[in-house]
Amino acid sequence: MPENCIYIARSSAIAARALAGEMMVMNSADSTFFTLNEVATAIFQAADGHTPLRDIVRDRVCEQFDVDPEQAQADAEQFVTELSSHGILLVSNQPLAAEMP
Amino acid sequence: MMPGPRKVACVDIGRIPIALVTSDDAFLDLLRERYEGFLSSSPPEFELEFDLTSTRSSTDDDVRVRREPDAWVLERGDFRARWDPTTGRGTVRQNANPYSLDSVLRILHSLILAERGGFLLHAASAICDGRAYLFSGVSGAGKTTMTRLAPANVTLLTDEISYLRPGAGGYSAFGTPFAGELARAGENCSAPVSALFFLEQGPENRVDELSSAEAVRRLMRNILFFAEDYTLVEKLFATACDFVDTVSVRRLTFYPDARVWDEIRNFQGVPQHA
Repeated sequence: MPENCIYIARSSAIAARALAGEMMVMNSADSTFFTLNEVATAIFQAADGHTPLRDIVRDRVCEQFDVDPEQAQADAEQFVTELSSHGILLVSNQPLAAEMP
Repeated sequence: MMPGPRKVACVDIGRIPIALVTSDDAFLDLLRERYEGFLSSSPPEFELEFDLTSTRSSTDDDVRVRREPDAWVLERGDFRARWDPTTGRGTVRQNANPYSLDSVLRILHSLILAERGGFLLHAASAICDGRAYLFSGVSGAGKTTMTRLAPANVTLLTDEISYLRPGAGGYSAFGTPFAGELARAGENCSAPVSALFFLEQGPENRVDELSSAEAVRRLMRNILFFAEDYTLVEKLFATACDFVDTVSVRRLTFYPDARVWDEIRNFQGVPQHA
């Protein structure tokens, strides 16, 4: 397993809903609210705790969107960092137990 | 000394009758006066029994609403209440301050509504031509101004706290006795909601679209909800999304004169998703 392998899972303390083509995510603990674009939605929906982020980027992002793989990986890591800082995503270098809402 | 006999004022807001029980005649008079127009002879769904204190306490403290295993606990400097949602009964310890009473009732309704897919909104509301219109915004945005500018044939539901419940044909708005600057209770009636406007004052009257995400964000910001409870917050979020899916939500920039009501009357909205 690569040293920098990242696993992501959705926190159980969130509510998410797709409305008019936009994914809206709210942290139930503090009611902070986020709107995800298409790429971020693809990553968020694939955050099952046991699929490495690089596989998600390869299979869900690069396959579906016309993006440079390295840039996509960098953008995904930035997105994951931001959502994890708000308690929306859990991040680990080990597989995570699913916390899906 | 034994407490006097129990006396009841049944207050029906949003078609949810709640028995307010006291043994104090003066407090009963206060209840009847404050909620005149919302008193009901319907069998109550819920009950709150008041234990009055003579202590003067602050109404400025933050409210805390938390779930214990057998009851909701509602606390602020001026009141402490316990309400068991299973039996529908609860007790309130407060002095005879009507503002404390309003707060307890609002919190209780917010809990009941959250379970039933409804909510209380920081908004004025009124019925025009058989349809309800909601006007929300921060303090000073113009909620009370909109109600003051309303033509005589418009029925005021509230200038401060709107009461929304889902029904077969969408959401309905109900009148409430919770008044803002207007210092006048709303009418005890209801109508299907036609639109929610987020208010901003400007040089002219204009209605602008909002994205669904922005509509949900603004709606969540203005829903009155106090409970520290993830499950109910998630439920409210789902309700807010349903509301935006069902009801037209727009930004209304308005110049504060009576012509803004022509804009409301002529508004033909469709929900965001349509």
